[in-house]
Amino acid sequence: MNSFFEYFADIFRAVKSLLTGMKVTGRYFFSPWEIVTQQYPENRKTLKMYDRFKGEVIMPHNEHNEHRCTGCGICETACPNGSIEIIQAKIDMPDGKKKRIIDKHIYRLGMCTFCGLCIKSCPSDALAWGQEFEHAVFDRSKLNKTLNQPGSSIIKDIVE
Amino acid sequence: MKEIINLPVKNVEEEEYHINMGPQHPSTHGVLRLVVSLQGEIVKSLKPHCGYIHRGIEKMCEKDTYPQIIHLTDRMDYLSAHINNHAVCMLVENALEVEVPERVKYIRTIVDELNRIASHQLWWCSFGMDMGGLTCFFYGLRDREKILDIFEESFGSRLLHSYYTPGGLMMDIHPDFQKNVKAFIKYFRKKIKDYDELLTGNIIMQLRTKGVGILSKEDAISYGVTGPSGRASGFACDVRKHHPYGVYDKVVFNEVMGTAGDTFERYMMRMHEMHESMKIIEQLIDNIPPGDYTTKMKAVLKLPAGEYFQRVEAARGELGVYVISDGNKSPYRMKFRSPNFSNLSVLDHVSRGCKIADLVAIGGSLDYVIPDIDR
Amino acid sequence: MNFSIYDFTSFTQWIDKLLYDNLPAFWAVVVEMTIIGLLVLLFYALIGLFLVYAERKVCAFMQNRVGPNRVGPFGFFQTIADLLKLLMKELVYIKNADSLLFNIAPFIVIIASFMAIAAIPFAKGLHAIDFDIGVLYVIAVSSLGVVGILLAGWSSNNKYSLIGAMRSGAQIVSYELSVGLSLVTIIILAGTMQFSAMVEGQANGWFIFKGHIPAFIAFIVFLIASTAETNRGPFDLAEAESELTAGFHTEYSGIKFAFFFLAEYMNMFILASIAATVFLGGWMPFHVGGWEGFNHIMDFIPPFVWYIGKTFFIIWIMMWFKWTFPRLRIDQLLTLEWKYLLPINLVNILIMAFIVLMGWHF
Repeated sequence: MNSFFEYFADIFRAVKSLLTGMKVTGRYFFSPWEIVTQQYPENRKTLKMYDRFKGEVIMPHNEHNEHRCTGCGICETACPNGSIEIIQAKIDMPDGKKKRIIDKHIYRLGMCTFCGLCIKSCPSDALAWGQEFEHAVFDRSKLNKTLNQPGSSIIKDIVE
Repeated sequence: MKEIINLPVKNVEEEEYHINMGPQHPSTHGVLRLVVSLQGEIVKSLKPHCGYIHRGIEKMCEKDTYPQIIHLTDRMDYLSAHINNHAVCMLVENALEVEVPERVKYIRTIVDELNRIASHQLWWCSFGMDMGGLTCFFYGLRDREKILDIFEESFGSRLLHSYYTPGGLMMDIHPDFQKNVKAFIKYFRKKIKDYDELLTGNIIMQLRTKGVGILSKEDAISYGVTGPSGRASGFACDVRKHHPYGVYDKVVFNEVMGTAGDTFERYMMRMHEMHESMKIIEQLIDNIPPGDYTTKMKAVLKLPAGEYFQRVEAARGELGVYVISDGNKSPYRMKFRSPNFSNLSVLDHVSRGCKIADLVAIGGSLDYVIPDIDR
Repeated sequence: MNFSIYDFTSFTQWIDKLLYDNLPAFWAVVVEMTIIGLLVLLFYALIGLFLVYAERKVCAFMQNRVGPNRVGPFGFFQTIADLLKLLMKELVYIKNADSLLFNIAPFIVIIASFMAIAAIPFAKGLHAIDFDIGVLYVIAVSSLGVVGILLAGWSSNNKYSLIGAMRSGAQIVSYELSVGLSLVTIIILAGTMQFSAMVEGQANGWFIFKGHIPAFIAFIVFLIASTAETNRGPFDLAEAESELTAGFHTEYSGIKFAFFFLAEYMNMFILASIAATVFLGGWMPFHVGGWEGFNHIMDFIPPFVWYIGKTFFIIWIMMWFKWTFPRLRIDQLLTLEWKYLLPINLVNILIMAFIVLMGWHF
């Protein structure tokens, strides 16, 4: 007789637990305002990434097309996977000496792991994170970027 | 002719039916291959084949400097990236005998626990999905998103952060960090009730997991099963409790322990751990001391020659980092004792005699992350 | 000649008469069959497409998502786009598969569900055939689908498919009993197996209310068993995607896969419409004895709307099951049937017979 009651108690417990689960999904079904989906391409205009978002490494330029990079190459050595390559150039200074300056700061986005060591190690704060995240391109070579803009020069007050 | 007649006649009952679960299979959570011998629906034995996502992280570490190693450890157990970073950072700090500021310790502990909650949430999603309840997957991910948003605001990325550096942190926490974490805990306390109602209490789930895949305490110890899976068998192995690091010695929390060692117990361990993690965070979040977020370190870190070992409690068990240094700026040999590899080794032992559906549930409850197994 | 959306009898008789007056008897039958076949086919395709869309929307809302929302308003044409994609996909030729059985299996599955539609009354006078053993016919025909599933699993030459097919076989053989027996409970109450007579019998109250508790229990058992019979919800062991990748249809691609997919939804529709017809009064409006005004208002809603509304309500409950519960294991599945549903069902039939004998029903 005991097992007979046990049999029905089992059924009631089972049905109760199933109804509890159905209550949860049923509640969400009837509360569409709780939907969390973001409609991405539509909200592109209003989509704002966080300030610290690591989209890509950029080199900020001021309004005179000047940057802070001295071309010292510390970021190149700090990078764990060779995403950065510094090509230096020599220019003649007015006092007759030769000085090394940056010719091209090549940044390979396709190899970057976004560890942030280049930005952390830069002695003159020339690099920063950019918030751009739509990086899809049709050709891998388009991911190799030159960070210093053409014709740009170094801000005068940077001392090596 | 004679040879043919004398061929041993195989009994049909004894004949095994092999199926390959993986490398591409919905329930192996990645590129893991399990060769399963079946008899009908019953698993006779099982052979895991690893190495499909072996990237040679240990070898790559031998050419990298210590700050560079951090970003590789992110990519082992990507669901507890912060905790992996913590292990390497502490190893370097202990070797160089650097004392990190108190603020750093607090922040690291909070972020580790947030990471543990996020990892357990994802585990809950995938466990529910392994059991066939697809809705669990979306509820878990919905709540994990809140943590990832907090991470993104402070550290700039959602999954692979590389936030810790030897000696401190990459940058200070965002001004809104404390407010958002408190809001999250309030939110998640409410939502975790859904988890219990939807899956924990469900009769189908309980029938399928109770008494299935039992791992005894002795076996857990001899196979080296750590983390929630080991504690479900009664193996007290919480590194946070027994060898405290960070500020775990200053907070009150329970080492959640089970006895049954079955799939349901392993499930409950993780559910309880989420509550414990929230308790830890609540004790710390208002008391983060002011101060520097990093100590001044040398530009090139060179560990004195010798052997070093550091362990932490990752979301899936004990992560050990072992380094032999010859005094150079990169290690001579680096070895990670990853929790998932040991946890996987027990899969054959516990799943023998179970149904094929149980194998999936057991695999879900052991919660393996394949890149951590292969490294 | 008067058309009415409340009674299709005169309309169908008018067509019948028109054909017989103008054509020889043989050709009249042929033309009638062709018209009905085309109509059913069209209905089948439309309902199938709509149900796939509905399922995706329902599950999305239960999961805090939006669901399909790209193709057309609210993603309404998503399934049509999916269908076009499936039509254009390559039919992969499986080496070492039993090609005859492999190709024939999807058609067996779809024909089984196609045949069952014929006996279902959609509205007054709107059914293809009104068998006097309609219930029996539908049960017999809808269980043919398992042959197709077994053949598909066997002929694919894939181990996952085979396990899935065997599970499906065991499942449908056992749950067929519960479906049948729970309908027998109502047959006792109704005293007929003819669908039209059953619906007429519910004019003064649906069977689920007329039959007290036994009818309600039979309804619950029918819901569970029919969910199992359609290989859906917590009972989708035959295609358990976390264990068997896709079960019996792992090797199917393109339109053959679409057939299996469509058949699953149509089976759901058929079983839901049987549940609606037998338990909830089919196209019969909701009537309460004695409330003349209320009954009159209810009569204004066309029978077809009543029928579709009830059917979709039951389909929605089935979807609710599917998107809430985890999957059962094969031994638990059989335990549920043989240890719980079957004994309850048998006792239930006894009680129902007793109630009918004593005349305690309404």
